[in-house]
Amino acid sequence: MSRVPILRIADVLVVTVNGDIDDATVTLLGDDLAAATRRAAARGVLIDVSALDVVDSFVARALGDVARTVSAMGADAVVTGLRPAVAMTLVEMGVTIPGTRSALNAERGLAMFGITVARDGAAPAHGPRGDGGGDPWPRRP
Amino acid sequence: MTPEIQRLFVAERAALLDAWLERQRLRGVARPDLIDEAQRREESDEVLRLLGEALTASPSPFPDGTGWDELKGHLERLGESRAAEGFSPGETTRLMLTLKEVVFERLRDGEGGLSRERWQDLVDASTLLDSLALYSTEALQRSREAIIERQQQDVLELSTPVVELWDGILGLPLIGTLDSRRTRQVMETLLQRIADTESSVAIIDISGVPTVDTLTAQYLTRTAAAVRLMGADCIVSGIRPQIARTIAELGIALDDLPTRTTLAAALALAFERTGRAVAPRG
Repeated sequence: MSRVPILRIADVLVVTVNGDIDDATVTLLGDDLAAATRRAAARGVLIDVSALDVVDSFVARALGDVARTVSAMGADAVVTGLRPAVAMTLVEMGVTIPGTRSALNAERGLAMFGITVARDGAAPAHGPRGDGGGDPWPRRP
Repeated sequence: MTPEIQRLFVAERAALLDAWLERQRLRGVARPDLIDEAQRREESDEVLRLLGEALTASPSPFPDGTGWDELKGHLERLGESRAAEGFSPGETTRLMLTLKEVVFERLRDGEGGLSRERWQDLVDASTLLDSLALYSTEALQRSREAIIERQQQDVLELSTPVVELWDGILGLPLIGTLDSRRTRQVMETLLQRIADTESSVAIIDISGVPTVDTLTAQYLTRTAAAVRLMGADCIVSGIRPQIARTIAELGIALDDLPTRTTLAAALALAFERTGRAVAPRG
């Protein structure tokens, strides 16, 4: 069992899930994220899975559980960095990660919440919601 | 098995080789248009040499022991090279069967006429050479199948080009019928390119797909689902009127996959969704 560190960027929480994810870790992550969502009044949770070579139905369901937890608290969950091979396996198994949206990488995921990174520091690090540059794809019902 | 057969292949190898080569010519399996005389002689002589060695090591009409490995290896390579040179399976089988003719004649003309032992030799030689003929033919067949599979793979790869239509917009023109294997290939190529180019929209154009049935639709929605899991989105273009009719009549569910008639319309939608606009100058 290991604790997954939770980073806060503006009002979005960011976690990176690595390979050795198990029952206890997922349960703890759910608890920690729920507490952190409340503490930070977060409106989004970004779960980066780019380090995962394999996502089985257990992990998919666990991620769905985490997503449901945070959405009950009014935050959106975004899964980022799903690998091509992993995406194919999930589709072939007919597994979905319920209650989440996907983004290609963490940067795009943050952009969904209107957080864009500017190199020269001129643009605000945290743009207003729905500024057009953020989320080109409206959330599916 | 009597020592006569072994003696035949070892002691009378040179004479046997000449008779065999002549018989190959006679039966039309020499094919001087495919391989030259020297190569044929060398290959045939190697068969006889290894056959003699194998019979010395394990005299049996069943080529199963380790003593036969070298001969089998040679026959396998022979079958493979003959597949590449353009021999037919029949010609490769008859190569070994012509040896049978020659061996039988030698046994017939040997000392003592057709005694009980000679009859047994005939049966044993027949069993042995039949299995060896089968062996080289199987190798040829395997080799051909490998060639066919490789070509299929090449065709698959050729038929799934992913093109970059715009920065962040990929296009996949599909041509031909979709099956599960091809769908996998398409999905793999498309998802990898999405990851590589960090594209946010993929347009699958099915103008070149002759018919759409429920299975094809399922393949399309599955691909779209995988694309979405990656964090990009999918548009299907090239829906011809008759395909739209089929979709409606079969009650095919394309889920919420956006569809357009033309690639241009799909591209316009992709522009719109990525916050771009195309306007005439001035």
